[in-house]
Amino acid sequence: MAETLRVNPITCAGHGVCAELLPELVTLDEWGYPIVDPGPVPPALDRGARRAVTGCPALALKLMRN
Amino acid sequence: MTTALNMPVPHESAPGGAARQAAGLPRLLPAAPEDLGAHLARYGPTPYRGQPDALVADVEASGLTGRGGAAFPVHRKLAAVARAGARQGRKVVVANGAESEPASRKDECLLRVAPNLVLDGLQLVAETVGATEAHLYLHREPGPEILRALAERAARGLDRLAVTITQAPPRFLAGQETAVVNRLGGGPALPAFQPPRISERGLGGAPTLMQNAETLAHLALIARYGPRWFRAAGTATEPGSMLTTIYRPHARPQVAEAEIGTPLCTLLGDGDGDDDGDGDGAGGPGAHAWLVGGYHGTWLPLPDAAGITLDNASLRRFGAAAGAGVLAALPSDRCGLAEVARVAGYLAAESAGQCGPCLNGLPRIAAGLAELAGRGHRRQIRTDLERWSGLVEGRGACHHPDGTVRFVRSALTVFEPEIQRHARGQCSATDRAPFLPLPQGMPTSEEDWT
Repeated sequence: MAETLRVNPITCAGHGVCAELLPELVTLDEWGYPIVDPGPVPPALDRGARRAVTGCPALALKLMRN
Repeated sequence: MTTALNMPVPHESAPGGAARQAAGLPRLLPAAPEDLGAHLARYGPTPYRGQPDALVADVEASGLTGRGGAAFPVHRKLAAVARAGARQGRKVVVANGAESEPASRKDECLLRVAPNLVLDGLQLVAETVGATEAHLYLHREPGPEILRALAERAARGLDRLAVTITQAPPRFLAGQETAVVNRLGGGPALPAFQPPRISERGLGGAPTLMQNAETLAHLALIARYGPRWFRAAGTATEPGSMLTTIYRPHARPQVAEAEIGTPLCTLLGDGDGDDDGDGDGAGGPGAHAWLVGGYHGTWLPLPDAAGITLDNASLRRFGAAAGAGVLAALPSDRCGLAEVARVAGYLAAESAGQCGPCLNGLPRIAAGLAELAGRGHRRQIRTDLERWSGLVEGRGACHHPDGTVRFVRSALTVFEPEIQRHARGQCSATDRAPFLPLPQGMPTSEEDWT
């Protein structure tokens, strides 16, 4: 089932780990906060996406079922 | 029909008795504040239904939408909360009269002149959804009219549920739905990120129905006179009337009840200042732009938008929405850029500061607008403003960044000629007095949220 990445903007503190781990789907804005690709996570990036979710120090990144 | 903020003016067509209420306006605003005796004489007692479904069906047939800004169909919220199972025996209804938008005064006015209509509506939705508690959330301290109405109703045993009043902190976002739930729960009035819908889990986890104060007053009349009566005003797709707060050149702000679909020029003047509808520019200073929907709203250019009407179908063509009914005609002798910069500064200060993009972006946007409002801005500031707008949009837990960007982007379009003038060191304003209202004193500390 396709999943998408979502950031909880309140808990996100701009650590930037997600962009480090998953540059294919996450870039940082000029203040260091993630801009996440809104589309479904391609199967090839599934593992990387999960790593980014577990790697977020603020637990602000989630994978949501569509 | 208009009602000055401090002193309601009499209306010509006083409605008849309860059984033959005219479909005409005003529906909500009596000429003078009405106590319970006057309210009962005009409308009779609260028309409890004894069972929930009838009212949901009537509200659906009426087409009533929320008057707090989002225009969400009222029957859908009613049905959702009615269906939801109580949590630990608890279900909640909330009348939201916080009206935290500083330019909006319509709920304050309504709660002063017709508090019993709002309270009728609150009791009726409580019956409809099977609520166990009822709340009234207010921006200011409760006025004497609402306190008196509650006391009189209690003395007569009219209310089936006691109403708890909670005061909002004086913050722009304090009336936002999730902020209200947080505040009623004893916390700060801060917006939350995508909680489950409050109709499923709201206050204390209990299913919660929240409606704007004006919405409840309309509902109290629909319960009495029915959907057909309600639809006698407004358009087929957006029935009824709505309260507006109107700012015009050289006039005191007014709260006016208007049929949805009313031409904006009849409410705001045709822009030429003499109000005769000919747009000939005779008769003194007019307006050079309209603001619709308040500080999360949209600037409309004149004369291009002069033919627009007060309904979302019409406003949508200019990317605008009626929102909570704040309408302003910016006088031609004021500088639109100065007004926009002032309001943007306020909106930036009113960020809850919870989300990075809003916290970082809004102050930069406000500073950029202040630069445009000065003389001889740096060329790249336009690009910066566009980029920052894109960076904050859609990236907040609440809609504060989105609403702010709507306000700013429309201003940059509408006031483009003024930007050019300022770039050359000129300004078209001859009057520097602020026009759009802002609260006295800016918020300073975290405690302001409680």
